[in-house]
Amino acid sequence: MLAVRDKRDKRAFAALFDHFGPRLKGVAMRSGLSSGQAEDMVQDVMLSLWRKAHLFDPTRAQVSSWLYQIARNRQIDILRKENRPMPEALKAESEVTEESTSEALGLEQEVGALKAALAKLKPAQREMVEKAYLGELSHTDIEAETGLPLGTIKSRIRLGLEKLRHELDGIRKP
Amino acid sequence: MTSITHHIPDQLLLDYASGRMTEAFALVVAAHVSLCDDCRARLSAHEMTGGAVLEAHDSAPLSDRLRHSVLSQLDDAVDDAPVYQRSSIFPAPVMEALKGRPPKWKPLGRGVRQSILKHGKSGSVRLLYIPPGLDMPDHSHGGLELTLVLQGAFSDEGGRFGVGDVEVADHEVEHKPVAAKGEACICLAATDAALKFNAFIPKLFQPIFRI
Repeated sequence: MLAVRDKRDKRAFAALFDHFGPRLKGVAMRSGLSSGQAEDMVQDVMLSLWRKAHLFDPTRAQVSSWLYQIARNRQIDILRKENRPMPEALKAESEVTEESTSEALGLEQEVGALKAALAKLKPAQREMVEKAYLGELSHTDIEAETGLPLGTIKSRIRLGLEKLRHELDGIRKP
Repeated sequence: MTSITHHIPDQLLLDYASGRMTEAFALVVAAHVSLCDDCRARLSAHEMTGGAVLEAHDSAPLSDRLRHSVLSQLDDAVDDAPVYQRSSIFPAPVMEALKGRPPKWKPLGRGVRQSILKHGKSGSVRLLYIPPGLDMPDHSHGGLELTLVLQGAFSDEGGRFGVGDVEVADHEVEHKPVAAKGEACICLAATDAALKFNAFIPKLFQPIFRI
């Protein structure tokens, strides 16, 4: 994804398309879109990833979490004709430093642990998580019921945000 | 950014992330997250989980035409949608709902004013202006109400709510807010359309509010 962001690398983008495109289509069809509508959605989502790549910050997001967000927006638009208001975008750190690389790596590891935990859930629990995140049911406490390590990911992102605010303050008050 | 004490409950963050939440409530969540790094981090964690669900999801094969079509559009020039910035007390998503213009206030009596941002069958969201020290008449609402303070403060049975705080009230909450003295209180408030439930809303909040 960084090759897409920093070098506008089309081959890297094509690899992301090949990996995520069919999964995005699978999710879209599950919500009742026809194959054609689902492909239109995949196209919109993937082009949006390409066009907004400059906002991508690997210390706060993953390609998959980004695509998830964009896909949910498109789906709300198509199925309910509603817009989903989005939070203020934060500036992405465009400079790759040793520190930001290790932060991004740390987040990646935590998300790796999350994926492993997701894969180990019992089928019923896993189905519950899928339904909750694909908007099919509302749920009170995924973390307590499934033991998915959301708290550790939250803490890591929180620390990154604190650092970012600190830097912004430093810029504002020279 | 330090003094926020009333946050978005986790279930509502998940409903926002998954797209279940209707636009009126989603605007309050987006505005609060713009002001609150803690909720931003919790929302990001949910989005990571959503991303993991997406990655583990069954695939559906794509037509060859699609890949070609997407890759051939990468160099196309695109008109960017306008990006709204925070302006004084209004976070970017509120400015977007205002289309970049100042709110059009309509008097409601006793100095209270409102500016309706969205009103539809699934809910409505408005800005409210309450003069300092004024007690609001007890207002009842059919379902859920989310209120985010943008300026000043108010207090009620749920505690004191200052800038960035969100009050989550359901119909069981006795609701008699009093605006703090000093600055006028300006809030962003979303409700589901009272008495006009579509099936979606009660189902959505049933587990927490037992409607």
